[in-house]
Formats: sequence, C-alpha cells, structure tokens
Amino acid sequence: MSEQISVHILDSTLRDGSHALSHQFTAEQVARVARGLDQAGIEMIEVSHGDGLGGSTVTYGFSKQSELELLEAASSVIERGKLAVLLLPGIGTKDDLKMARDLGAKVAQIATHVTEADVAQQHIELAKSMGMEVIGMLMLSHMGSPEKIAEQGKLMESYGADVVLVTDSAGALLPPTVRERVRALRDAIQIGVGFHGHNNLSMAVANSIIAIEEGARWLDACTCGLGAGSGNTPTEVLVAVLDKLGYRSGIDLWKIMDVAEDIVRPIMQKPVRIGKASLTMGYAGVYSSFLLHADKAAQQFGVDPRDVLVEVGKRRAVGGQEDILVEIAMSLAQKNAEVEASPSRRLA
Amino acid sequence: MEQIRAAILGSGNIGTDLMYKLKRSRALIPTIMAGIIPESDGLARAHAEGLTTTHGGIEGLLQREDLFDIVFEATTARAHLEHAPLLEKAGKVAIDLTPAAVGPYVIPMVNLEEHVGEPNVNLVSCGGQATVPLVSAMKSSSPVAYAEIVATIASKSAGPGTRQNIDEFTDTTARGLERIGGASKGKAIIVLNPAEPPILMRNTIYGIVEESDPEELRKSIEEMVARIQEYVPGYRLRAKPLIEDFPGRQQKKVTLYVEVEGAGDYLPQYAGNLDIMTSAAVKVGEEIGKHLRAGTWKKDRSEARL
Repeated sequence: MSEQISVHILDSTLRDGSHALSHQFTAEQVARVARGLDQAGIEMIEVSHGDGLGGSTVTYGFSKQSELELLEAASSVIERGKLAVLLLPGIGTKDDLKMARDLGAKVAQIATHVTEADVAQQHIELAKSMGMEVIGMLMLSHMGSPEKIAEQGKLMESYGADVVLVTDSAGALLPPTVRERVRALRDAIQIGVGFHGHNNLSMAVANSIIAIEEGARWLDACTCGLGAGSGNTPTEVLVAVLDKLGYRSGIDLWKIMDVAEDIVRPIMQKPVRIGKASLTMGYAGVYSSFLLHADKAAQQFGVDPRDVLVEVGKRRAVGGQEDILVEIAMSLAQKNAEVEASPSRRLA
Repeated sequence: MEQIRAAILGSGNIGTDLMYKLKRSRALIPTIMAGIIPESDGLARAHAEGLTTTHGGIEGLLQREDLFDIVFEATTARAHLEHAPLLEKAGKVAIDLTPAAVGPYVIPMVNLEEHVGEPNVNLVSCGGQATVPLVSAMKSSSPVAYAEIVATIASKSAGPGTRQNIDEFTDTTARGLERIGGASKGKAIIVLNPAEPPILMRNTIYGIVEESDPEELRKSIEEMVARIQEYVPGYRLRAKPLIEDFPGRQQKKVTLYVEVEGAGDYLPQYAGNLDIMTSAAVKVGEEIGKHLRAGTWKKDRSEARL
C-alpha cells in the first residue's frame, strides 16, 4: 500500500450504548467515558439518548439525566475530538438540535428509515446552516435495495449532508449485501460514504472492513460493542483490525482498549452478547433497539420474546415503533390463553 | 332543516374526499369547489356531483360568494395565509385543514364551544384529532401530568408538505395535548412506515395520571371513543385500556392503542390520518352551522377585550 487510507471513526458508546443501559447514563459517567475516548484519539464522540435527541419518553425509556446535562458533561472534557449528536426526525426537533449546537455539538447524525430520507431535509439544512458537519443515516438498510439506497442517499446529499451511512440497524447485513449497498451509494453520490454496523450475526467488524473495501471512509463503533441488540462494532477491535490491515484511524490502540476495559466495562449492567433474542433480530431483520423493550414486554405478559420479534417482523415495523411491542406481547398472551382453553387442546 | 352551504377551497385529495363527506351531511351542503388546475380530477368529480366549480382559485371563489356561508380550506398553509383575510372580509367562516393556524385550534367534542364567533378555526393535526380527545377524557377523571403519543402512518399517506416540515406535526400535536387535552406536559412522535400493503394509521397514547379510580378512567375513555366514532366510524381501540402503576410514584400509566381506518370516500382506506382530518372538519362545520342557523356564532360582547 503506497499511501495509507484514513478512516474517520465516530464512537457511539454514549449514544447507541445508551440502549444497552436503558438510557441510565449519568453525567459523571459520560464525562469519564468522553474524556477517555478523547484522549485515545477518537475523532467524533457521540452523546444522545439511544433514540436520539428528544428520545427520553415513555415509548423509548426516560433518560436518567437530561440530555442537556449529559451534553454539557461531555462538552466540558472533549479537547481534541468533536462532540456529535443523533437526531431522528419525527422524534427530535430543530429546537433539540439548536440546544445541542449551543452546548458545543459539531457533528449531527440525522437518521431516517431507508426509504424516508425526505423527512430529514429541514434538520440537515438547519445543522448545515449552524456550521455543523452532517452525517445522514439510512436506517434498516437491509430493507432497502441498493438502488433505493442510492436514491435516498442522493436526497440527503441534495439537502447538504457531508456523509451518508449504510446503517445496519438490525445487524442483518452480510458481506455481499453490505458490498452492493456501499458500492451503489458510493457510485451515486460525491460526498463521503460510511457504515454503521450491529453485531447480531457477529458480522459487525467484518462488514465494516467490506464497507472500507468498497470506498466507505466513515465508520461508527462503540467501545465494548456497547449498543442496541447484540451491540455495535466494538471500537477497540475495529481499531486493532484497521491497524493490522494498514488503515489509519488516528486512534491509540492501547488507550482505546483501556477505555473499553477500565472505564466502560464497569459501567455495563450486563455483558453485551449475542443472545437468542438478539440473534433472532439479525436473522429476522428487526430493529436492534427493540431488544430490551421486547424482553420486558414478553416477561410482563409471559410470552417468548422471539415470538414477539417475529410478529414485529411480520408487521414490517420500522425504527421508532417501540410502542407496538407491549401490544404484540399482550395479544400473543391472549392468543395463547385461547389455545389453552380450547377443547381440542385439552383432548390432545 | 335549512342546510348551511359550504365551499371547498382546494381540489386535491383532501378537498375531494371532503366533498363526498359533505354530500352525506344532513346539516351541510357543498355548493362550490375552487381549484387552480382546470383539468384536476377533483374539479371534474365536483362538477359531476352538481357543484359549481372554478379553477380561478380564491378570486374565482369570491366571485361566487352568493353561493356559500362557510369555507373549508384544503390547499396549503402558505396559500391559506393569503386566503384567510380575504375570507374574513367576505364574512365567511373558514375551517382550516392546513397547518397555517391563523385561527385557534379546535377539536370537535372537546373545545369548539370555547371558540364560538371566531372567523377562522384550525384543525390542529391528524395526530391531534386522533389523540387529544382521549387525553381530554383522561383529564375529566384525573389530572394528567404527562401525555405522549406515537402516531404511525403509512408512508404513502404523508404528502410532501408533511415531510418537508415534520417538526410542525410534532410541535403542533404536543401543544394540542397540553392546551386542549389538558396535560401538564405533552410530547408527540411521528413514524412513517413504508410497508406494502400500507398500514392503517395507528396511535399509541400514554397518559401519566394522578391516582384515580381505574373503572371511572376506563369508562370516560370508552365514552369518548364512542363519541368520536359518531363522526369517524373507522376509529377504534385495538385493545382494552391498559392501566398500570407508574414505578416509583403515586401515579398511574394509561396506555391506549388506537387504529383509524378511513371511510375510503376518495382517499384510500389506510389513510385514516387524512380521513380523520376531513371527518373532523365536517363535524366542526356542522357545529358551526348550528350556531349560524341560530344566529349565535358571535363572540360574547361582554367578554370582548378593551
């Protein structure tokens, strides 16, 4: 390799990782993690509710501390890197984005379902007008064909986005399907291309490398893989792999390992792993953020979380529809009760 | 009964669906539709139904002001800002289905009587029409500390106006939950789902309410659902109201799942979000019509501000 290729890393431990902690990060924890990430050389450090700014709700779970407090905590310790936030149009609003900008956020990730990029126009334009760098995310990318992703990426480009990410929210993509999507996007737009992976099928690091081979230069990752579903691409593992392959990330491998092991792991409520429910998500293509909500609803109504997730898949639910999980669990429980009570069942 | 004559301004999907609903109304009669595109399907259908039609927009409409008493505005927010003063000058009450919000927000069954005499009223948003009445029903049996709604609609039913300004939906609906529903704090979320065949509009409504009698709460919610069904037949609860303890506080969490199936007059059945707007508009028109006939659509002078 004559010249080293640089890869831009956004660490989302304090945003996607928020899902795995049911949004219970404290400002003190955020400050410690953000400082560690900054000192390890992370370029972009994302802090938000797991479902983005304004996500602290009954539907997605209330944050322990307000976004304002968490952003302030991160902002006060970041010296080298850039503070990033996530916004999902329909959940967060322009006012949330302005608040984040005032607290020092320099990067805005604006995410829509893979077919709905046009709902992001006003937020992308606002972020650009405030001087922010904008990364558009096409969520649940496995549900969109490469052609659809190219078309929607072009829309985000036309609104002013600097980068568009193929976003594998369900951790359902595999190397061939990552390859064709990243390639289609790269061929369609002039701006940067990237990839956001989830590890439900244990493919997050491998998929990220495939994305780079196809021209992606922006990758999202989380230390310890802390994130929704089976977690995200683990930052420390990604950094090691990039290093071995000769890509430049600007991140100190030993330091990022230390952050993962010494700061983030003690905060984790339980290990992020590929369990039967999160594996089902990758297999069936379900939004990873549904995991803990589905678990809780299944427990409340005494049904199998996998049955809930399969039903979610049947209804073609998209990101943001966490509200249907309790309803599905409730109706499955009712169905089970009816089966139990039916005469044919008793005879059998 | 003397029918109040209604004009429809706008010959698109909403205006056309509205026309078919007005044709069924016993209190109102649609007499004229104004558009700006001569070959629009809406104008052709209006003509076929015996309405006077014009493609002269607001000017064309006002040339025939002898034909109508009230106007349903089904164009765009930007256009309505221009139309509103002209309609007021002509003495025609405007029922605004756009997000322009020139006049106060109204929800039938909840707050229309507070705005008697207004020259212009606004229909809030589809999410507002679908959820605010139920928050108001909770409020009638117990203070509502917080109300949150998630409206999920078929991608195909969200037009470019909604998409380019999705914050308008979230902001307007949240304020509706507070100001009309009576919640101390409101939050609204909208999700577009592109599944094929398109999904029906669904709304989840959460209310955090003070300690109260669950039976009374349930009764007041179910009564409100029945009243909404009178003007939106496809409006229904998907499950019994779920009332649980709210962890850590002396409060209850109420969860309601609502589905809205459209009547399929002109808009497709899945577009319950649009149907509830045209249905609510007709209902508001009928209530205003009652006042117009009785000569009571006037502001109470004794309350007029000095």
